Amino acid sequence: MKVELEADKCVASGQCVLAAMDVFDQDDEGIAVLLDEQPADEHLDGVREAVAICPAAAIRLVDQ
Amino acid sequence: MRRIVVVGASAAGLAAAETLRREGYDGTLTLVGDEPLAPYDRPPLSKQLLSGEWEPERLALRTPGDLAGLDLDLRLGVAAAGLRLADRTVELADGSTVPYDGLILATGVRPRRLPGAGGHVLRTLDDAMRLRDRLTPGKRLVVVGAGFLGAEAAAVAWRLGCEVTLLEPAPVPLAHAVGSEVGEVLTRAHLDRGVDLRCGVTVTEVTGNGVRLADGELVEADEVLIAIGSVPNTDWLAAGGLTVGDGVVCDEYCEAARNVYAAGDVARWYNPLFGLPMRIEHRTNAAEQGMAAARNLLHPDARKSFAPVPYFWSDQYDMKIQAYGYLRGHDEVAVVEGELAEGRFVAAYRRGEKVTGALAVGMPPKAIRQWRQAIATGADWDGAAVPSHSRAEAVPGGAPA
Repeated sequence: MKVELEADKCVASGQCVLAAMDVFDQDDEGIAVLLDEQPADEHLDGVREAVAICPAAAIRLVDQ
Repeated sequence: MRRIVVVGASAAGLAAAETLRREGYDGTLTLVGDEPLAPYDRPPLSKQLLSGEWEPERLALRTPGDLAGLDLDLRLGVAAAGLRLADRTVELADGSTVPYDGLILATGVRPRRLPGAGGHVLRTLDDAMRLRDRLTPGKRLVVVGAGFLGAEAAAVAWRLGCEVTLLEPAPVPLAHAVGSEVGEVLTRAHLDRGVDLRCGVTVTEVTGNGVRLADGELVEADEVLIAIGSVPNTDWLAAGGLTVGDGVVCDEYCEAARNVYAAGDVARWYNPLFGLPMRIEHRTNAAEQGMAAARNLLHPDARKSFAPVPYFWSDQYDMKIQAYGYLRGHDEVAVVEGELAEGRFVAAYRRGEKVTGALAVGMPPKAIRQWRQAIATGADWDGAAVPSHSRAEAVPGGAPA
């Protein structure tokens, strides 16, 4: 599974970081940064949570 | 459980539907939406869409492929018209009925209106596109209500070159929500740019050429936007046997009746983190509550109370405002970093003995994280490193909404 982030949609809420700290971070402006495009299985639940709660719908998890 | 119906096809309803599938539910899943469009996102309506930065396609919450993957019985463009709790059946406006074993109510809110003909509201994509077409340079726009939605729209219209008047009944905009000190900062942002913010005025009607104030004055305008809050969409439930009172009343699990849950703007549930019933019209809450309701419906033996730290943001001019917690009905506000006068600060909110909220303007988002943590853990105000010199005076009143 691969994570896709549309950073120009990001509204800097940081919800993704709260949901999956190993996969997302925020830069100084708060914009989400993808740390790991292909996270290990143990992080996928957190990523799915992040996809669902991202208030900007800026994150997708796609099959490869 | 073989038949689940989700009523409401926006952020909360979609999150509920996705969660049900993700958690292994493979029965019939009906998603009902009164708009003809596939689920789309609302916060950009008053921001990127209204400004013309984005086109409507960017608001789609999921791709057609994502939606197809959910294997939905999708009923778009048809409103729910009635609930027969005893028969476990939802009636739709087209006369059809949908039976259910489990039901999630996510019908959202609709804008409050004013007497008189005309005037825009801003809730749907159609609303936003109609207003956007009218906001050309030099147009006189009156915005009634200086809450977050009204203020965002005013800021966009100003940037588009409109002549903007913002009318607010309270002495300070948003004082009940964020406190008068922060409200003053937001007030200055409008005034500094030449937006004519007038507080303490009550609009009684929309007329053909503007709005009429309570003292009889006519404020002329080419366009009027009414942004005076929302009403939960519960009318269709009136005879359904549920408890309805400013929203669908639920317990801490978001359950309104056996196997009937509510989520998003329409849900009034008991949040144990704050010890209060609340109804939250924030985008983030819609998704989180949709997920929580779906999980609790699907796993009745492992239900979890829904105890989030609410979050909202607002973009006004060049300011980004972010807030965590429940700010309404606070007893005290304290600036804990930065300066109000500079428009760059973090403010913390106290209710009783606890830290219950934090709001940042113009600060790196990480600056507010420790305060989110303090709210989530129910930290005591006195132990939470609030500098003593920073305390603003208490804001009286402000009962929770």
